[in-house]
Amino acid sequence: MNFGEFARKRLQILTILAAAFTLFSAPQAALAQDAESVADAAVVAEEAAVETPAFEHFGADMIKGQPSFAEDGLVATMTFQEQYSPNGDYALWMHDAILLPIITVISVFVLFLLLWVMFRYRRGANPVPSKTSHNTLIEVIWTVIPIIILLVIAVPSIRLLAQQYESPPEDAITIKANGYQWYWGYEYVDNGGFEVISNMMPEADAVSQGLPPQLEVDNRMVVPVNTPLRIQTFGADVIHSFGIPSLWFKLDAVPGRVNEKMLTITEEGIFYGQCMELCGARHGYMPIAIEARSKEDFEAWVLSQGGTIGSGEVAEAEEVAEEPAEAEEATEA
Amino acid sequence: MATTAEGFDAHHEDHAHHDADHKPGFFARWFMSTNHKDIGTLYLIFAIIAGVIGGGISGLMRWELAEPGLQVMGQVVEFLGGEGTFDQQGHMWNVLITAHGLIMVFFMVMPAMIGGFGNWFVPLMIGAPDMAFPRMNNISFWLTVAGFLSLMFSAFVPGGVGPGAGVGWTVYAPLSTYGAQGPAVDFAIFSLHLAGAGSILGATNFITTIFNMRAPGMTLHKMPLFVWSVLVTAFLLLLALPVLAAAITMLLTDRNFGTTFFDPAGGGDPILYQHLFWFFGHPEVYIMILPGFGMISQIVATFSRKPVFGYLGMAYAMVAIGVVGFIVWAHHMYTVGLDVNTKMYFTAATMVIAVPTGIKIFSWIATMWGGSIEFKSPMVWALGFIFLFTVGGVTGVVLANGGVDDNLHDTYYVVAHFHYVLSLGAVTAMFAGWYYWFPKMFGRWHSEFLAHLQFWIFFVGVNMIFFPMHFLGLQGMARRYPDYTPAFEQWNHIASLGYVVTLVSVAVFFINIVYAFVAGRKPEGNYWGEGATTLEWSLSSPPPFHQFETLPVIQDHHSSDDHISPAPAKG
Ligand code: HEM
Ligand SMILES: [Cu+2]
Ligand SMILES: [Cu+2]
Repeated sequence: MNFGEFARKRLQILTILAAAFTLFSAPQAALAQDAESVADAAVVAEEAAVETPAFEHFGADMIKGQPSFAEDGLVATMTFQEQYSPNGDYALWMHDAILLPIITVISVFVLFLLLWVMFRYRRGANPVPSKTSHNTLIEVIWTVIPIIILLVIAVPSIRLLAQQYESPPEDAITIKANGYQWYWGYEYVDNGGFEVISNMMPEADAVSQGLPPQLEVDNRMVVPVNTPLRIQTFGADVIHSFGIPSLWFKLDAVPGRVNEKMLTITEEGIFYGQCMELCGARHGYMPIAIEARSKEDFEAWVLSQGGTIGSGEVAEAEEVAEEPAEAEEATEA
Repeated sequence: MATTAEGFDAHHEDHAHHDADHKPGFFARWFMSTNHKDIGTLYLIFAIIAGVIGGGISGLMRWELAEPGLQVMGQVVEFLGGEGTFDQQGHMWNVLITAHGLIMVFFMVMPAMIGGFGNWFVPLMIGAPDMAFPRMNNISFWLTVAGFLSLMFSAFVPGGVGPGAGVGWTVYAPLSTYGAQGPAVDFAIFSLHLAGAGSILGATNFITTIFNMRAPGMTLHKMPLFVWSVLVTAFLLLLALPVLAAAITMLLTDRNFGTTFFDPAGGGDPILYQHLFWFFGHPEVYIMILPGFGMISQIVATFSRKPVFGYLGMAYAMVAIGVVGFIVWAHHMYTVGLDVNTKMYFTAATMVIAVPTGIKIFSWIATMWGGSIEFKSPMVWALGFIFLFTVGGVTGVVLANGGVDDNLHDTYYVVAHFHYVLSLGAVTAMFAGWYYWFPKMFGRWHSEFLAHLQFWIFFVGVNMIFFPMHFLGLQGMARRYPDYTPAFEQWNHIASLGYVVTLVSVAVFFINIVYAFVAGRKPEGNYWGEGATTLEWSLSSPPPFHQFETLPVIQDHHSSDDHISPAPAKG
């Protein structure tokens, strides 16, 4: 108690000191920032004048991947979101056509057996119990049939896994999703390496634009549609997880390692996801919004972000010289 | 009356009956207890208290989740003396889910199942006077209490953004190392050390007791299934808990002494922690359910008046579950970036576990088949268990598929799965055992009416809470979120209403206890009659303070399902 109070006082003093320091330095910092942003603005303006990339983000009408509302029909709120990737299609089929029927039948079968024995063998109906306690045949049957059922499940399950682990083709576009406490950064490794910082859009703003609150972000992750994407994930501080339900995609973003998985989105639109690994106080508030666009739109967007298209541009000239393999690719492209 | 000479005399055989009920004074009896029944009672009381606290916390959680937005966390933070900033609210949420998980796993289910029912009935069922190491039994209990206090304490010391450990019951690094400054996480870890040490001691005690102290003639293959289940559980504890202890000790040294086991900056790996945790964690989930399996087997046989169907199959299915349970851990880690072969292996191995689990369910049904079923309250709870556990088991089979789990991992589907096997499985089994043995333990009848009533309210309530969670999970709602986008509102709302219904059933539970002690009739020794055939039914209710001073003998005409019938008349 005493110690606690003492410690708290110490902390308070520290806090006050820190606050004082912040206050003192704030004006200077503000000035410096102003100067910087003025310079930034100038650069952007210049670029805009040269490239004039006309890029406009999709609006609410293009939302494809999001949870369903009660108005969409009850069943829609009880199943998976619609899928927009080849892996998602296969996995959804596997769940809806194999797993769900099997587990429903098993549950109903057990329920039926229970109700039947409760009815047929209640004391009133069967006052004298039998003394059977073995029946090898039935025991073999209820061991073998579950094994067969599991084999039936295992085949598509293994196929799904194999499909999910196909390695991306050479010309796949690499995007690195960095998890930070508590926002995402999307690094366009093949397009000049710029990083888009993506925070949750304030809920009121989202609502006013007809976009789903807590799912919409200020800067979406824009990607080309129908193009293999090499998604890499990385945790900058603690573990996060990059999960998008409508793309059947989830990959942890772990400090110290880069995880990688291929993703192809089959339709233009907006697909929402969220962080799926507990990462601290604002774990619930670091959504993901992917905007899949046509190749041209994507390139226009990349240019508007100050990125580069293809690998022939200035930024990668040095790399090209170093790595002949990549140089070949570049000439092909 | 207790002169020295008489006290000494009491140990003579001819005085045994007379002295079997001699009890020590209050303090010595309850605080220095070495009597397995008293320690069992202490564990049960402790588990009920912990359950009320853990359940209260889940009430706050369901209240917060009843609608989108943060409504409750701010008040909780302010109540505890914080300012209630946005981050503090988020942190408070994480503290609550962490406390809920740890309390329910380590301080409610485990103490009740193993400490409570295990302590009470393993010695009684095998015809032993007590546990093998009575004093160690006592320290096991008090270590658990100390662990609980340490966890409670952690909620009031700094843990990063606010007080308390907000790292989830899995305590993943690096959120639990450099992601959580302050002593809260250290106290939470210490709490697991204490509870774990208590459980390891308890496990050695059970193993020794079961191997060495069975009544003459009770071979392993004549042992009641509940005792089998505790034996397998004890082995799982003994092999799994040290791995947890190692993992969390490494966390402690990473946090405090500059090691970098889980810190990539020093050559460590956060995923290593997950492997260690789940190597413990998956056996742990079976630790929580196996004693329940055992109780259900006893109860179903008793009220069907029929021996358990396929006794050996039942016993060895539990052994198989225990063994296979050690080689499936990475199914909790499908999204961490495992390579494809690892994922295929764990998919296949995990599905294998469903086979012995299915055998158990079908065997219970076959036990009832041809029986003469009486619907006393324990049986109704047991029937509920079989169905609810099945529902939880089949969703486990869905999750077992690594490729499918990609879209379900860390969503509410997983939350639904494990609450069906735990809150609706293990907890239902515990209530079944409670009503089966309550008069035996406390010498008073509970109200059968209230016990049935509690079942039906509970059944409706928990299904309302947890069934909609499947839908939320399929729709992509992430777990461990204090808030959600409005699309998720409808099912969350129903779940929160379900919580209120469940709360009513808990009230009925407590009313029933009060009723029993105020107005309950005195039960006979074998109050369930013909179907109850294990040794605890050969004793009075409650049993004498020291039982079996003359060991019972299991004779040739006895079988695994009958330990008390008199020898058939010859000729
Ligand atoms: C048919 C047998 C079972 C199978 C195939 C199975 C499978 C799984 C799988 C694959 C997961 C990981 C899901 C994920 O995080 O993405 C999981 C989670 C879990 N299971 Fe099971 N399970 C089974 C039975 C049980 C039983 C009997 C219990 C306990 C009584 C249990 C308790 C849990 C718990 C507590 C978790 C979640 C742990 C966490 O992430 O916090 N499961 N199960
Ligand atoms: Cu997170
Ligand atoms: Cu598991």
